[in-house]
Amino acid sequence: MQRVRQFLLRPSVEAGTNRWDWALLPVVLAGVVLLGWGASQMATPFQVGEPLPLSLDPVWLPYYLLRTSLRMFLALGASLVFSCVFAVLAAKSRAAEKVLVPLLDVLQSIPILGFLSITVTGFIALFPGNLLGVELAAIFAIFTSQAWNMAFSLYQSLRTVPAELQEAARVFQLSGWQRFWRLELPFAMPGLLWNMMMSMSGGWFFVVASEAISVSNQSIKLPGVGSYIALAIEQRSLAAVGWAIATMLAGILAYDQLLFRPLVAWADKFRFEESGGEDAPRSWLLAWLRRSTVADRAAGWFSRGLERSFTWFAPPHDGTSIRARPRMAAGRWQRAWDAAIAAVVMFAIARLFLFVHAEVGYAEVAHVFMLGFFTLLRVVVLIALAALVWVPVGVWIGLRPRWSGRLQAVAQFLAAFPANLLFPVVVVALVRFRLDPDIWLSPLMVFGTQWYILFNVIAGASSIPTELRFAARNLGLTGWLRWRRYLLPAIFPSFVTGAVTASGGSWNASIVSEYVSWGDTTLQARGLGSYIAHMTAIGDFPRIALGISVMCVFVMGLNHFLWRRLYRQAGERLHF
Amino acid sequence: MSAPVIELQSVSKMFRSADGHTRTVLDNVDFSLREGEVVALLGQSGSGKSTLLRLMAGLVSADSGAVRYRGQPLHAPARGISMVFQSFALFPWLTVQKNVELGLEARGMPAAERQERAESVIALIGLAGFEGALPRELSGGMKQRVGIARALVTEPEVLLMDEAFSALDVLTGERLRDDVLELWGSGRLSTKAILVVSHNIEEAVMMADRVLVFGSDPGRVRSQLSVQLRRPRDAEDPDTRSLVDEVYMLMTAAARRPARAVVEASLAERLPAADVAQMDGVLELLAEAPFSGRADLPQLGEETELSDDALLPIAHALALLGLAQLEGGDLQLTGLGRRYVDGDHAHRQEIFGQQLLAHVPLAAHIHHSLQQEAGGELPDAPFLKLLQERLDEAEAQRVLQTVISWARHGEVFEYDFNTGRIALPRSDEPPDGGDAPAEGPR
Repeated sequence: MQRVRQFLLRPSVEAGTNRWDWALLPVVLAGVVLLGWGASQMATPFQVGEPLPLSLDPVWLPYYLLRTSLRMFLALGASLVFSCVFAVLAAKSRAAEKVLVPLLDVLQSIPILGFLSITVTGFIALFPGNLLGVELAAIFAIFTSQAWNMAFSLYQSLRTVPAELQEAARVFQLSGWQRFWRLELPFAMPGLLWNMMMSMSGGWFFVVASEAISVSNQSIKLPGVGSYIALAIEQRSLAAVGWAIATMLAGILAYDQLLFRPLVAWADKFRFEESGGEDAPRSWLLAWLRRSTVADRAAGWFSRGLERSFTWFAPPHDGTSIRARPRMAAGRWQRAWDAAIAAVVMFAIARLFLFVHAEVGYAEVAHVFMLGFFTLLRVVVLIALAALVWVPVGVWIGLRPRWSGRLQAVAQFLAAFPANLLFPVVVVALVRFRLDPDIWLSPLMVFGTQWYILFNVIAGASSIPTELRFAARNLGLTGWLRWRRYLLPAIFPSFVTGAVTASGGSWNASIVSEYVSWGDTTLQARGLGSYIAHMTAIGDFPRIALGISVMCVFVMGLNHFLWRRLYRQAGERLHF
Repeated sequence: MSAPVIELQSVSKMFRSADGHTRTVLDNVDFSLREGEVVALLGQSGSGKSTLLRLMAGLVSADSGAVRYRGQPLHAPARGISMVFQSFALFPWLTVQKNVELGLEARGMPAAERQERAESVIALIGLAGFEGALPRELSGGMKQRVGIARALVTEPEVLLMDEAFSALDVLTGERLRDDVLELWGSGRLSTKAILVVSHNIEEAVMMADRVLVFGSDPGRVRSQLSVQLRRPRDAEDPDTRSLVDEVYMLMTAAARRPARAVVEASLAERLPAADVAQMDGVLELLAEAPFSGRADLPQLGEETELSDDALLPIAHALALLGLAQLEGGDLQLTGLGRRYVDGDHAHRQEIFGQQLLAHVPLAAHIHHSLQQEAGGELPDAPFLKLLQERLDEAEAQRVLQTVISWARHGEVFEYDFNTGRIALPRSDEPPDGGDAPAEGPR
């Protein structure tokens, strides 16, 4: 009997399906068919200038949502692959690290829309006569809003794998491949997932901008929720905006329930802190999948395949072989590499001066820096205002455990919500009441990003040790003293985390929020964001580049001189 | 004499600090681990015993000299050498079974064989039934059992144990130690030699056939002691006790300060990391009955419930400050120490401050520098830099922290954590007034 079974394929013998499988089967099949069909729509013939059919009829919205979420999913996948390659290269090779880490630092401070205006022509040229080029440009734009923080998080995690675990991996002679899957990726998983969720929020926020692309004075609107919104704004249809908001909420909810929640629940086992205690995150989908034998078998098949792959990379030689001898670091190569980097930097600086000299002129540069200061002022003032409002609220919520769990989730959700959907309302109001756009457009910048402050403060306040709370009450701390000596220091680290994210997001949002339109009314606030948006609209390439570079300088400066210091201070002095 | 498994020949190891100074961690060490023996390596923290263990594991390479495994140079971790870690170093996301299988998986062993071997080792170490558990579900002792099973499953010739029992509570540690010794004695292991790095003197005597005492600055083998007690050993046996005493004597003798010619060297002295409150406590205990001024260190350790790595620095610090004397493994109260114990808080502070300035060159130097400043205040950075020229970064930090905490106690100078500045105490302040003292005596 044993013999026969081995010759037959396993599934045909042990046909052990259960009712969960039957429930799962149609869902999976329908999902596969939908995704396949959506994907096939991406590669239809297309010529630049040819109008794409787009309708404001809400009947089309489910289809648009499918297209949009497919794009976001592909971008997320690309970001994941990019992050792995980047992080492994940067963490394992010092030569690569020297170039890659600063490069990423610059890349992540480039406004997302900047990428789109620069790359879209290239992508279209890549697939002439096909929609795929435009699709790829849109996916790339979403990718740029997702990839950088994921890559950084993974890189940081790889650098901070505990020394004893690394030693254990070496003593037991794990190959690089095995170490990545067994040690490094699992260790990085919680941070990576968290950043994936943040990235997804960023992606939703910019979906309008990345689907409605203007290239060579033509506007291409890819079928999707983002384009639907763009069209609704053009045609001043408030009802359509309402429908779009509902659709987007459904999309965010679906991503949360179908992708992130199961992932978070599954990744709970990768928590490195060994203490239990907290409630493990739950997901109905994961519970469902775990009950299904088919899913179980698929997971088993995958993990067995992975395990088998470990054996391919086992090093053939032992530590006593000459091949295990560490190669001396060749000082000459290192110096040559440093020299090469220096040469490229010099060359770039020279080109930059030439560019400024020939294309835009120094007066323009000074003007753009001036605009940058306006935007900087807006960012700083608004973050401060948001902090004034949300810190007390966050602390109040955080100290009440019954509220904090639920409201934290709501705040996280609000952060994912594309605030630019509400911009039209603001335009209408500003025009009606004749308000100064220089001042009254500013709040839009933090509209979507203030929630980061709120939910981080909630998290910080709810993790204040109970004993400290009792002590504060016991000492009778009240009023300002209570805030200065107890609450503010206690939440400071998490506030800084939230404020860093909010500040980065606000810079990015300035491009959308300083230049807002509703039909043919366009309101503009003086600032760097509106400069870039305006130059993009009229297609002035050198000035787009100038605006982006200046914004990059501002963001990096702010990061280095303010946030990083506060961060370090928070880590060193104010830590439980 | 049986054949050496791992041999070290005049091995030296240097570490380069951030500012380019080199520091010798191991200096010209000769050592061989032979078949059939258990060797224990004792020494203070920072004496290089951990580095020695990592050299033998192939994790770090020597700057000069040779490390050989079975006569062949060891360039990287080898299959025959396995290791157990202080903090267990288990992969928290893998089950006990998968953790144990890790080394076999790396060798490309087929799944079925892997599973079988892992299961038998798990049963051997007394964890049968826990194959599917995640490490976070286990107690410390069980985690270390997994760590040992993971090391044994590859059937190593050499087992290296890096403070393997020190993260466990005393009772659990002793039980696990006895279980390992029983396995070793039963001949069921393929392991030919065991090296134990420890700071627990009793543990070393109970386990080893040979105890090596390591001296620091730079690390080298100071003395060797062969232990020929019959196994299984009894900790209460008079022979064992006298051996433990002997090792204490060797360890404390190692700390007696050699005469130094170079001033710079004495400034960057590796001060024992002794807590002021614990020093006070030990002195008080020493003065009382049953010790009445003189105590056998192992007994003192039992009485204070301090581990060796906490008690020895305290003893050294007291000797350094002239409050007690170390003699033949005994700690004896000096006349000054007696006055210190009898004094009130202010009096104690005064004595402590005087002794600190007289016997700790670093404290005297900081105090002297501060006195030359108009504001009586200096940043800590230059002192840290001075220390880093001789010590590595973490060690330099620790020494500065130690001298600051002692100086706070002796009211020699103060330190503001937020500004990172060292300052003379303000003389207009009454000695007991002001903010609560940072480091009270009790």
